Amino acid sequence: MSELTGALALAGALLAFAGSVGLVRMKSFFERVHPPTMGATLGTALILIASMMHFGTLHELLIGFVMAVTTPVGYLLLVAAARRRRGK
Amino acid sequence: MMLIAAQILLGAALLLCVWRAWRGPGAEDRVLALDTLYVNAMLLVLTFGLRHGSSLYFEAALVIGMLGFVATAALAKFLLRGEVIE
Repeated sequence: MSELTGALALAGALLAFAGSVGLVRMKSFFERVHPPTMGATLGTALILIASMMHFGTLHELLIGFVMAVTTPVGYLLLVAAARRRRGK
Repeated sequence: MMLIAAQILLGAALLLCVWRAWRGPGAEDRVLALDTLYVNAMLLVLTFGLRHGSSLYFEAALVIGMLGFVATAALAKFLLRGEVIE
């Protein structure tokens, strides 16, 4: 375990934690949609890069691809449902 | 040492998501908190794999990521239409 790998994982965890703090502290639902994307995009990418450097393999790209494709679709459906329920 | 700090941060993030899922005023807030919970749990499993030096954790993280999307999409579809499969 090198220092660079640990630092990358710590930075990713810090981003995910900041996203969760924003999820708790923001006022309305449409503001709360934004913060978790920090952990879902750059936080995941940093921890996946740390894992790639540690194991020396590339199959972590699969998780990155799945997250990059599915996160916008899920949030788009969720915001559409919220707008429908508010009658907008 | 840094990995332990990362795990503590991710555990605190899980607790914050649970708080939002408990309190969240609307159903969509709870679904959003559940989605964030899935992502944070996936990152925690990846960090466990880094710490133990085993690549077995990778498959678990992949399955958690895919199931998280399926759960979010199904719940959002239910909130949107009132039923999941029409």
